[in-house]
Amino acid sequence: MLASMALLELAGLKKVYRSPDGEYQTVLDVESFQIDSSEEVAIAGTSGCGKTTFLNIIAGLARPDSGTVTFDGVDVTGYSEPKRDAWRAKELGYVFQTFNLLGGYTALENVLLGMVFGGKADRGFAKELLERLGLGHRLNHRPGQLSIGQQQRVALARALANRPRIVLADEPTGNLDPRFALEALDLLRSLCKDVGAALLCVSHDVRVLDAFDNNLDFADINRAMETKA
Amino acid sequence: MSSLFLIVRRSLRQHALSTFVTIIAAAMASGLVMSVFTVSEQSRTAFTGGDIGYDGVLGAKGSPLQLVLNTVYHLEQSPGNIPYSMYKDVKAMGPVKYAIPYALGDNLYGFRIVGTTGELFTEFEYQKGKKYTFEDGGPFSEMHRGAVLGATVAEELGLKVDDDFRPFHGLNYLPGEDPHEERYVVTGVMNATNTPADRVVWIPIEGIYRMGGHELRDGTKSEDIGGNAIPDEQKEVSAVMVKFHKAGQGMFVAPAINSGGEATFAYPIAQVMLGFLSKLGWITDILRYIAYMVVVVAGFGLLASIYNTMNERRREFAVLRALGAKRTTVFSAIVLESSTIALLGSLLGYALYFGVMTVSAAVIKAQTGVVLDTMAYHPALIWTPLGMVVVGAIAGVFPAMKAYSTDVARTLA
Repeated sequence: MLASMALLELAGLKKVYRSPDGEYQTVLDVESFQIDSSEEVAIAGTSGCGKTTFLNIIAGLARPDSGTVTFDGVDVTGYSEPKRDAWRAKELGYVFQTFNLLGGYTALENVLLGMVFGGKADRGFAKELLERLGLGHRLNHRPGQLSIGQQQRVALARALANRPRIVLADEPTGNLDPRFALEALDLLRSLCKDVGAALLCVSHDVRVLDAFDNNLDFADINRAMETKA
Repeated sequence: MSSLFLIVRRSLRQHALSTFVTIIAAAMASGLVMSVFTVSEQSRTAFTGGDIGYDGVLGAKGSPLQLVLNTVYHLEQSPGNIPYSMYKDVKAMGPVKYAIPYALGDNLYGFRIVGTTGELFTEFEYQKGKKYTFEDGGPFSEMHRGAVLGATVAEELGLKVDDDFRPFHGLNYLPGEDPHEERYVVTGVMNATNTPADRVVWIPIEGIYRMGGHELRDGTKSEDIGGNAIPDEQKEVSAVMVKFHKAGQGMFVAPAINSGGEATFAYPIAQVMLGFLSKLGWITDILRYIAYMVVVVAGFGLLASIYNTMNERRREFAVLRALGAKRTTVFSAIVLESSTIALLGSLLGYALYFGVMTVSAAVIKAQTGVVLDTMAYHPALIWTPLGMVVVGAIAGVFPAMKAYSTDVARTLA
């Protein structure tokens, strides 16, 4: 019998930055970490603890100095940059703390951007996502014409638009009024379930972390934090 | 590809004002280049390549160019007169198909009055197979004070058949000057020919000799002749317009006349004009260099316009990259955006080009009677827009490199 394979597996991951005064500082030192298909994992971490670097390396937006990121059994750290971009466009969704919606594009176009680089721009699905998030009447509004909560929902739709297999959420409720934070989180989790995506959510909001069964402390994953401490 | 167009479309919309201004600059550059090339080519063709109905012009000893400008284009001063007998001699030459005399010296409110013979209307073909036709009336009788008006003259002076007028002395109209006593009746208005002839008033050549104040060859005043016939030796003509049976036959006639001291035979007319336009070629060259400079300036304007948006768009590029856009996609989007602006400018440049052509054609027609074909094809109409797009693409490369090198993680941090 074959052992079940994790969707995402990190091994021996290290990232070192050189500070302005010339000192080298290890910000990330992950011996191992994995997440299975459709699994939900929340990671608690304070500001500046390296969790964004952690997510960027998983997403292929930054390269580790050593170690591997294996996705579905394939070491994506060995990919060339264009291949990594294509992989990210197809397999991964990213929710930013500041949403990072593009101001010149409508809500619908922002969602379409979440799929065009991965192949087909499925306008119907993009509309469906926005309608499901209660934004059917705001399709042609630009981010500046939307409330913060609506912008967050557009960002969620964009992250799920390419039907990713994993969604990385970096403080997804950090910019929201506490009243709407859990509602947004529920939407995110629900959408991930619908498309069968694993969810890796990084936050320092206790209410967000408490909503997850699988709730980890980033300090337990990142050994570099022990060194700092 | 759809992602590229989406990015470009949105960027153009988002930076609508700078896009519009840059499009206008590209349009002016493109339109100017097309206009310079086309107007100069059209002018050259109109003045040298067109079928004007004559092969050569016989006139007083002097500049062949002056002779051609004076008789074919009805510009410049007359270089002088030649004896009537020369006209008769040339007319009698075997190779000559027809020889039509012109006698100048008067005007009608600035439009030249040319004394000639009825052959102008019966023999002369201003283009192969095309003789002058009349919108109204017909040719003058050589024994009466009748006049045929070119289409432009009739239109601008509002004259029609049976109207009369009194000519003014000299080739240029001087306001306040008294006209000649003789009164001419319009016998015909010609259909437009789109040639300098549209700006001419034609009267019988005898009328010029008999105009009050005109002197005959021996100095006799025309008034002294009364109703008597004027002997040929007392007549002179300003020029004789010559058409040979075969165009090349002038090669043998020209040297024989030009080697003498009395007359000049400008032949072939196109060659005379080509020599003149070649001397003015430097003006066209300067205009071309100016047009190229405008293209370069437009290119820099395009570069600056896009480059200035780079800082505000850095986050946009980082987000696009985070969503899976390749570096080459971002690079291509900027180059495509820049090329699109240049292309839109070029398309608008056509409108500008047609505007310039229309005005130029109107000015040239008003000044010379020569008509430019504003719809004529010139290769510049194809390669200028294409060249502008290439300039646009090149202008986009520098900002595109900046977008290409965006550090996603650092920008989004």
